[in-house]
Amino acid sequence: MTAVVEVAGLSKHYGGERGSRVHAVTDAGFALEENRIHGLLGRNGAGKTTLMQLLTGQEFASSGEIRVFGQNPVENAKVLDRVCFIKESQRYPDDFRVKHVLATAPRFFADWDEDFADELVERFRVPVGRRMKKLSRGQLSAVGVIVGLASRAPLTFFDEPYLGLDAVARRLFYDTLLADFAEHPRTVVLSTHLIDEVSNLLEHVLVIDEGRIIIDADADELRGSAVDVVGPRGAVEAFTSDREVLHRTGLGGLASATVAGLDEAGRTAARDAGLELAAVSLQQLVIRTTIGESVDPTKGTPE
Amino acid sequence: MDDSRPIFLQIAEQLENDIISGALPEETQVPSTNELAAYLRINPATAGKGVNLLVDQGILYKKRGIGMFVADGARARLVAQRRDQFRQQYLAPLLAEAEKLGITPGQLADMIRTEAHS
Repeated sequence: MTAVVEVAGLSKHYGGERGSRVHAVTDAGFALEENRIHGLLGRNGAGKTTLMQLLTGQEFASSGEIRVFGQNPVENAKVLDRVCFIKESQRYPDDFRVKHVLATAPRFFADWDEDFADELVERFRVPVGRRMKKLSRGQLSAVGVIVGLASRAPLTFFDEPYLGLDAVARRLFYDTLLADFAEHPRTVVLSTHLIDEVSNLLEHVLVIDEGRIIIDADADELRGSAVDVVGPRGAVEAFTSDREVLHRTGLGGLASATVAGLDEAGRTAARDAGLELAAVSLQQLVIRTTIGESVDPTKGTPE
Repeated sequence: MDDSRPIFLQIAEQLENDIISGALPEETQVPSTNELAAYLRINPATAGKGVNLLVDQGILYKKRGIGMFVADGARARLVAQRRDQFRQQYLAPLLAEAEKLGITPGQLADMIRTEAHS
């Protein structure tokens, strides 16, 4: 496996004064492997977009190292020619129509596939003659999705590409992405908070919260890694006393605790203690690790 | 797909079920990784992991340049494996629940017999 992106000790803050300084990304370190679909998950304002702007050379890092295809991405055509960044807030020249966007794209993307783009325009029913600023939110997103897919860039970022897209168009996006990825493998980063919709597409997952990477793991490893243990409060507390608990809720004498990394022996012990086990989806896992309360504050915080 | 287990295990299990039921007879070709991925809407690498699990166990084998096939004798081996798991997966929880409700093993056996004949 080769890493397409390598990041170490990466931080980005805005504002000079200590008090007013905003820490968008703090001490991030991770690698993105070639030809995988990665999920970049996190709440609004967690730092997802800033992180992608840093990786695509659209922002300068305050400190730390970024290597994309082994090089620094900032103002580096050798890197940026192979990168496509589809962002939710993409701006276009005022007089641009859809067909102008599609005609300009090959200049930015060496692997642009015009036939594929035309096919996608049909499938997403985008009016090619219309001015970009007259498009609906969904149509604007569809243009982004089309450019992102037809660019076939070796490293493609989709930053919440689905705003305004209806359920049919989102499904179409996911299905097309999978099919095209299978035929033309490339490295994809999908930033989203519609986690349930995409969790089966992802091979690797990064979760960012308040600027810090708090989960960096294979999707299949995360699936089933946490379980809800439910039962009488006393029994749940006794069972979880020496285990890592991500989240707790309770109702009267009943309690529920989300336990991380429960192995087969642990599961049997829970059942023997009369406790019920319930699966935790990737979305629930992310919600419970980023909700803030009842999370061990020493976890994921470097000294 | 359920959330409690890795998807690649579920893929392997679905293929096993199709082999046991006869939907995928021995010596027939199984769908390619990309076909499985598109049909089940999952990552192709994950689908590949599930298929490879069965290759490692000798349930599937690779014909170079053609694809994956169900091995000779695969069905009998899977049935034997599943019978071993039957006690753990079905009998143990059944007995535990029966005990909770005060149903004796004898009563349970009677219930099973009656149900099987109805």
